[in-house]
Amino acid sequence: MLAKRIIPCLDVTAGRVVKGVSFVELRDAGDPVEIARRYDEQGADELTFLDITASSDDRGIIFRIIEQVASQVFIPLTVGGGVREVGDVRNLLNAGADKVSINTSAVLNPQLVADAAGRYGSQCIVVAIDAKQVAAPTRRCEASGAGGAASLLLPQAAGFASNVSQECAGRWEVFTHGGRKATGLDVVEWAKKMQGLGAGEILLTSMDRDGQKNGFDLALTHAVTDALEIPVIASGGAGNLQHLADGVKLGGADAVLAASIFHFGEYTVQQAKQFMAQQGIEVRL
Amino acid sequence: MVDVAVVDYGMGNLRSVEQALRKVAPDDKIIVSDDARVIASARRVVFPGQGAMPDCMRELETRGLRNAVLEAARNKPFLGICIGLQMLFDHSSEGNVAGLGVLRGEVVRFAGNLRDAQGNKLKVPHMGWNRVHHAQHPLWNGIDQDARFYFVHSYYVRPQDAALVQATSDYPQPFVCAVARDNLFAVQFHPEKSQTAGLKLLQNFVQWNP
Repeated sequence: MLAKRIIPCLDVTAGRVVKGVSFVELRDAGDPVEIARRYDEQGADELTFLDITASSDDRGIIFRIIEQVASQVFIPLTVGGGVREVGDVRNLLNAGADKVSINTSAVLNPQLVADAAGRYGSQCIVVAIDAKQVAAPTRRCEASGAGGAASLLLPQAAGFASNVSQECAGRWEVFTHGGRKATGLDVVEWAKKMQGLGAGEILLTSMDRDGQKNGFDLALTHAVTDALEIPVIASGGAGNLQHLADGVKLGGADAVLAASIFHFGEYTVQQAKQFMAQQGIEVRL
Repeated sequence: MVDVAVVDYGMGNLRSVEQALRKVAPDDKIIVSDDARVIASARRVVFPGQGAMPDCMRELETRGLRNAVLEAARNKPFLGICIGLQMLFDHSSEGNVAGLGVLRGEVVRFAGNLRDAQGNKLKVPHMGWNRVHHAQHPLWNGIDQDARFYFVHSYYVRPQDAALVQATSDYPQPFVCAVARDNLFAVQFHPEKSQTAGLKLLQNFVQWNP
């Protein structure tokens, strides 16, 4: 049967892999080509590169990195960050990306997703969604082992809170611009819309959990994967191997994405896979 | 003399296929080409494909490459990949479009609401690494039975002739993921993205003398 995927994520700026906490406080993790090669050897199922370069002057760097990686590593490569038009999708594919991830621009111009999928196929269009909780799920939906942090992050927008009484799933809002701008969009509805426009996959990041190492937002993951036909990658918060397994078993994710637990040598991808296999999850060993 | 021509009909990214072929055949002349003459003169032809089959068929026609592909499929080592497998058949339910008709059979979509044995939802597209149960063929040399390959597709082929089938995979029911006839071999998965096993299959192809 189809294996659940483990996807190391490389946030790249100025030619280096970095890792932040809740989208800030960057820490250097090394050379992207070297790291990509290492994860490939460890059995990573795919690699995701997010170009978090602020300055447009440095945007050429990601192309050179992808070209180098693609000539050495023969697993699927997803690249995102700063994709604004179909031409950006084309340039990344030509550099050697297999999939391109679109985030902010999907919100500013949803037609970009339809155009890019129409031109290059849904299989290479990933829509990345940065989600922030605005109403907590009720306790019976909060999976065990996930840590109770989600229920502590109470909604700041009181308007959302009044709606939760009849539903247990909770509510999450889409943020853009690296998590700086609220959009007012509901994450589940937005994900469904993106599927309808031709997205082949959703990369779902919990901003509340990102860098916190207290586990994926399982209620969020479950709400989105349940609503969609296309695969969902859980992201944001993986701090140990149990978190990865929980993302699949409790969150229902088709793939799990993690950065810091691999970058700083806490675990290898192989260890993560062995752990998941022991938990009865089908993985590629 | 071109050793391997990768047919370029303008549908998406052929860079990965090219890179993987260079890796397994560093001394070969490998060309990504939309020129029917180059395809006709090449020793071997790789016929990839991404996106939707109706678009792929249209672009193939528009660029005047249909005959070059049909000719190559008849008389030289020929490797179809993904939509390049599906286009070899008579018909696809994706856009209700005719294929090249090199092989008898249909291309159909995975059913909706698929569930695995534990009742978990199975997503479409079928995306990721799945086990491939293969028959005996020179292109499987050195590849473990049930090795995993990388797939991404929503449609699969149903050949009329069971003798064509060179491999199946399960999602959750068995489906055909490789076929062969004479000089022709075609796979649903992406060998260029399937790490060791995929590179081995490509290496077997560039050394294959049917």
